[in-house]
Amino acid sequence: MPSFVITEKCDGCKAQDKTACQYICPNDLMTLNRDLMKAYNQEPEQCWECYNCVKICPQQAIEVRGYADFVPLGGTVIPMRGSDSIMWTIKFRNGKLKRFKFPIRTTPEGSVDPYKGKPEANIANIKKPGFFTHQGAGKVMPTPKK
Amino acid sequence: MEKESCTFSYCKKPEIVEHETDLLIVGGGMSACGAAFEAARWGNPQKIRITMVDKAATDRSGAVAMGLSAINTYMGENDPADYSRMVRGDLMGITREDLTYDLGRHVDDTVEQFEEWGLPIWKKAADGHTLDGAAEAPKLKDGGKPVRSGKWQIMINGESYKVIVAEAAKAALKTNREATGVAENHFERVFIVKYLLDEKVPNRIAAAVGFSVRENKVYIFRAKAILSGCGGAVNVFRPRSVAEGQGRAWYPVWNSGSGYALGIQVGAELTMMENRFVPARFKDGYGPVGAWFLFFKAKATNAYKEDYCAGENFEATKKLYSPYAEKMGTAIRNHMMMMDMKAGKGPILMNTDKAMAELGKTMDAKQIKHLEAEAWEDFLDMAIGQAGVWAGNNVEPDKMPSEIMPTEPYLLGSHAGCAGFWVSGPSDVIEATGAPKEWDWGYNRMSTVNGLFMMGDICGASGHKFSSGSHTEGRIAAKSGVAFILDNKDFKPTVTKSADELAGEIYMPFEVYEKYKTYSTAPEINPNYIKPKMLQARMQKIADEYFGGVGTWYMTSATLLESGLRQLAMLKEDAAKSGAKDLHELMRAWENYHRIWSIEAHARHIQFREESRYPGYYYRGDYLAINDKDWKCFVNSKYDPATGDWKCFKKEYKQLIPD
Repeated sequence: MPSFVITEKCDGCKAQDKTACQYICPNDLMTLNRDLMKAYNQEPEQCWECYNCVKICPQQAIEVRGYADFVPLGGTVIPMRGSDSIMWTIKFRNGKLKRFKFPIRTTPEGSVDPYKGKPEANIANIKKPGFFTHQGAGKVMPTPKK
Repeated sequence: MEKESCTFSYCKKPEIVEHETDLLIVGGGMSACGAAFEAARWGNPQKIRITMVDKAATDRSGAVAMGLSAINTYMGENDPADYSRMVRGDLMGITREDLTYDLGRHVDDTVEQFEEWGLPIWKKAADGHTLDGAAEAPKLKDGGKPVRSGKWQIMINGESYKVIVAEAAKAALKTNREATGVAENHFERVFIVKYLLDEKVPNRIAAAVGFSVRENKVYIFRAKAILSGCGGAVNVFRPRSVAEGQGRAWYPVWNSGSGYALGIQVGAELTMMENRFVPARFKDGYGPVGAWFLFFKAKATNAYKEDYCAGENFEATKKLYSPYAEKMGTAIRNHMMMMDMKAGKGPILMNTDKAMAELGKTMDAKQIKHLEAEAWEDFLDMAIGQAGVWAGNNVEPDKMPSEIMPTEPYLLGSHAGCAGFWVSGPSDVIEATGAPKEWDWGYNRMSTVNGLFMMGDICGASGHKFSSGSHTEGRIAAKSGVAFILDNKDFKPTVTKSADELAGEIYMPFEVYEKYKTYSTAPEINPNYIKPKMLQARMQKIADEYFGGVGTWYMTSATLLESGLRQLAMLKEDAAKSGAKDLHELMRAWENYHRIWSIEAHARHIQFREESRYPGYYYRGDYLAINDKDWKCFVNSKYDPATGDWKCFKKEYKQLIPD
């Protein structure tokens, strides 16, 4: 199901140094045609359909078309990702619709403070089992019984 | 054939960036993010400089880039010793139990951190019904009860799993910049293609080199220790899909065997590279089947509605593979499915319609609807394409069954596979269990190359880590990497080759392409170079036909392996004539070079192990049975970077945890 970019909707993320889809694609597939100032998927047969470009596009200009070598035409799967949940709309080839909403995170974006309230690492423990978070938590690392 | 060289006579010379660091994390996936989180806490007060280099954007890199619907390793009320037993059983009796036990005893802390950072984890309410991860409920660390989808698995709303874990890793790296005064320590879109040994100290890692996939820059990272967490190998075998669908591999399509290739070429010892994973999943979309088995109690049958894991199939399987057959591990179930497929009793069906009808007898409409949403979420969190396959084919699971199918083989060590490197184990577990002393050379998860640590998919003989376990292993490796650096404070890494020489090696596919591209009227067809796509196609064809891919029903033998390895040797030579027209193709050229090393290791190990240890994953037609008498052992191997020799050898297996 390679992603594709809808010509009319894509604005090439103008005024930014790179497009959002290009920034996020884990497989370096999304690229910008500088003449048209439109993004496109440069290698559709390497697309995992992870939907990260679809989810991140500020113009909702990216969708996915089923892999032509095994998916009949007509179905769509479209997400709307918010800051705490995601909505999915699934349209079947026969027109039937299904909608689902799922939570995606319980904290505000950017709020992770990984060491807040955690023990400092005591360097005397560096060669012992257990993480810095185990120190002082009364957790003893077990070993298997013989 | 004439050898090519790159002196930048044809392609433009890139800018060379040299970066000095102490602890280098190569990769950006779960293990790499775990490493950053743990390393900074121990390293910051010691002023240890930590650097992470990721081929993609860390928010969405690695195997969890799409998301996940479950965390597959969480102990909770279970004993890590039982976890270790389960892993051993599923991987046909040969695992490093010191490593699996160690992972099991550490992993819950990691899962609890995830929840604190914001990952929604499903909970069981007092009345037994399921609460999604956003509902008010006690956290795991406060005694909250997770929803188990198996003994070791817990359900999550995991669309943003990687984003959340990356956020913590990036925050950790920031604290390290503040502690050390280093301006930049997180490099995205930089692809590491080679590790370098130290010039003066033998068998000691010194540097990693690579290039930006976005601008003309080559990077040289010198480090006192390297944590390698850059994934297993996908699309080394010819995939079942013939065109666009090749991207819809079960395992992430960007995991190109870099983890294996980088370590092999500096001489790190491998273990169990003969192992592979062939998951049975919904056909074509490769969506997960777990929720259907576990929540809906759906049954998989052949087309005649018969259980393929019973009756004659099971009796025949016991004859060859007892006592492993009775354990019904992943490989054995695959094996029996294939028996029916070969007998023409396919397609194999997941009877979703029957399961839902059955549930309809005891559940009301609202409960069924909730369950249906959960089943779709299983796809939408981690294999969205499967939802597309069902939508496009008008598959409504309550009305018709769906086909399942064994995929093409993948090489990995964190899921139900264990191909990877041989590493030093946890000293206290080795001591307590009487494991061979030689399994401990001082630093947990360090490979046989000093200063080079392995984590996640490439740390061998210890599968079933999954996402939480990989993050955990990154943390274990990071802590021990910090200890190693502190013990070797005065070490100054130096490399033999000059920066220009290294840049020339990395940019060779550009030089070759630019030199010859006008020789023919169509640059795709040119006798002087091979483009990455064709290099990959040739490798996949060799692997499929000679090393037991889908084309031969996973069957190979000594004679087939010998022939395939001969062809692979020529492919490896031709890889030196890779041609790349832009940075994207340069990345593909190097990825496929890494794939070739990975598949070579796999084939050499299968060739050495004269038995069929993993029926359902691959078969040696000349040794069809499991032979515990001669082969209940690890197969290890070592490539010698000085001589180019590759030696396979047996290593004693020892059971540490009683049955």
